[in-house]
Amino acid sequence: MTTAPVPVRPAPTPVGVAVRRHGRRVLMKGNEAIAEAAIQAGCDAYFGYPITPQAELLEWMARRMPEEGRAFVQAESELGAINMALGAAAAGARVLVSSSSPGISLMAEAMSYMAGSEVPVVLVNVMRGGPGLGSIGPSQSDYFQATKGHGHGDYRVPVLAPASIAEAMELTADAFEIAERYRTPVMILADGILGQAMEPVELAFRAPPRLDPDWVLGGAAGRPPRVVRSLHLLPEDLERHNVHLQAKFATITDREVRSAGEHLEDADLAVVAYGTAARVARTAVARARAEGIRAGLLRPITLWPFPSAAIAEVATRVRGALVVELSAGQMVEDVRLAVEGRVPVAFTGRTGGIVPSPAEVVAALRRLDAATGPRTREASR
Amino acid sequence: MSVTIPEGARVVFGRPELLLDRTTHYCPGCGHGVVHRLVAEVLGELGLGPRTIAVAPVGCAVFAYEYLGVDFVEAPHGRAPAVATGIRRVRPEAFVLTYQGDGDLAAIGTGEIVHAAARGELLTAVFVNNGIYGMTGGQMAPTTLLGQRSTSTPLGREASLHGYPVPMTEMLAVLPGVAYAARGSVADSVAIGRTKRYLRRACEVQLEGRGFAIVEVISNCPVGWGMTPQASIERLKEVVATAYPPGVIVDRTASAPAAPAPAAGATAAGGAAPGEPDAPAER
Repeated sequence: MTTAPVPVRPAPTPVGVAVRRHGRRVLMKGNEAIAEAAIQAGCDAYFGYPITPQAELLEWMARRMPEEGRAFVQAESELGAINMALGAAAAGARVLVSSSSPGISLMAEAMSYMAGSEVPVVLVNVMRGGPGLGSIGPSQSDYFQATKGHGHGDYRVPVLAPASIAEAMELTADAFEIAERYRTPVMILADGILGQAMEPVELAFRAPPRLDPDWVLGGAAGRPPRVVRSLHLLPEDLERHNVHLQAKFATITDREVRSAGEHLEDADLAVVAYGTAARVARTAVARARAEGIRAGLLRPITLWPFPSAAIAEVATRVRGALVVELSAGQMVEDVRLAVEGRVPVAFTGRTGGIVPSPAEVVAALRRLDAATGPRTREASR
Repeated sequence: MSVTIPEGARVVFGRPELLLDRTTHYCPGCGHGVVHRLVAEVLGELGLGPRTIAVAPVGCAVFAYEYLGVDFVEAPHGRAPAVATGIRRVRPEAFVLTYQGDGDLAAIGTGEIVHAAARGELLTAVFVNNGIYGMTGGQMAPTTLLGQRSTSTPLGREASLHGYPVPMTEMLAVLPGVAYAARGSVADSVAIGRTKRYLRRACEVQLEGRGFAIVEVISNCPVGWGMTPQASIERLKEVVATAYPPGVIVDRTASAPAAPAPAAGATAAGGAAPGEPDAPAER
């Protein structure tokens, strides 16, 4: 498809000059890296509202989108922002929205509408501590919200969970592609550390190809009028629509599930963690191995669809699993469902914006190791 | 429906092309049908059908897309002005219209309408005010008049309990981003003719790139008001029109410079240049 020609304003002095030199390593803040990756992925419009710890994403867009002659609106609320996104995407634009936990709660309504009316929008949640106003520290306590619903109704939203800033950039392009391919909102679930930290990244961007959808609104010139809606008042109509949506979700589950494994080949214990928790877990796995505990890491990259099959397979080979989260224990429920009682599943996590230390994770691994049987003595260093 | 026109005869009244030939779900005597017709006539006369993207509300007019032959997106309750803003910013060539009732626009969607107006978004907002929540069974709306009975004010709206009616369009009219605000009525043919002129002007204001335009239309809800259609029209004339007087509420188009084309991106709000708060041109 082609979106409407957007008038290009005379570009002011380019900002973020470093970002324009493709193929170079630069140091970038997560929020800004995601924003630039979205721009390079062909994002036509961004709508947002300031909230810590994602405000730099909005600020980057405020500078860069006008430079590119694209749409930027600082909305009056998260409700405003997400509904602007709904309108722009219904009109065929590639759209990004970002917020942090309390703001995502406000966006839940429109997420349900977008799922129901099949409008592709990419939404970034840079999670902070909750519940309520919580804290501005990093957290993963929105896992339930991200993977089990947000809003009302029978629907699912693909959730991509980067564990580094470089991966967040790749997943931003992927998110647009998945959103448009399946006509669905897609969430990138990051946290305060991924948003705020700076890491060296390779400036290799990807712009997914544009599809040519037959549903976008642009005025009914030479064709019958189109309607983008979620209302199906007749029960039979709504059920038919739901059957269609569920079939789509099944296809996404089949095709888009992603996870990564590290040191799982000979592992006795599997650590399951995503995002920032996976970074901590990676360090803990290395330290545990140095002590002779053969641990491995299974890192879900898509939280929905959840890599249940990969986890189930690993569960046939290990003595136990340890789930590490920046929460009171949310993903652990899905891990237990996937493991189906084959092996014990332990949990360790911190809340409130506190990140568990590798030492805490190693201690949990020692406990799990002791509880699940004699340690295998062949050290694998 | 095709009709053979006899030799020497000419059509003086017909169904506007954009008003689809369907039986509506509206209750007998409801004013929405009239407003739909006026919108269809104006869009048709201005040749806007093929470039219109309209935003449907939640409430009685939720099915507007069943009756008006233009592209439509459904907005969550109250969010039509935000949805329309998103369309506006990525479709500079489109004509963007919102259609909302008083529960949608003046209660749950207050934030969205105020800020779309404040940004001077190049939108044309049709605001049908019948002073009640019709779809859900006749509860009090922000616009319900003092003393008026509804299913949630069974003894009548009382200021000390339920607050005062909200003069939404007058409130919006103080914002410099609002290029044009008027209030029409469906009470009789004269009022309907005047309302059509307001709607036409509100569409032209968008086409000229002057800023946000809104036309409130006070309307009747015979079922929600517990009246015959005829009695509801009498009440509309005698009571409602006194509380919400029809007329042009603000017209800044003399001072709001026309833009060559609706702007996109960060410039759109700037394209809606604020003007002096002129006195109403017509009341």
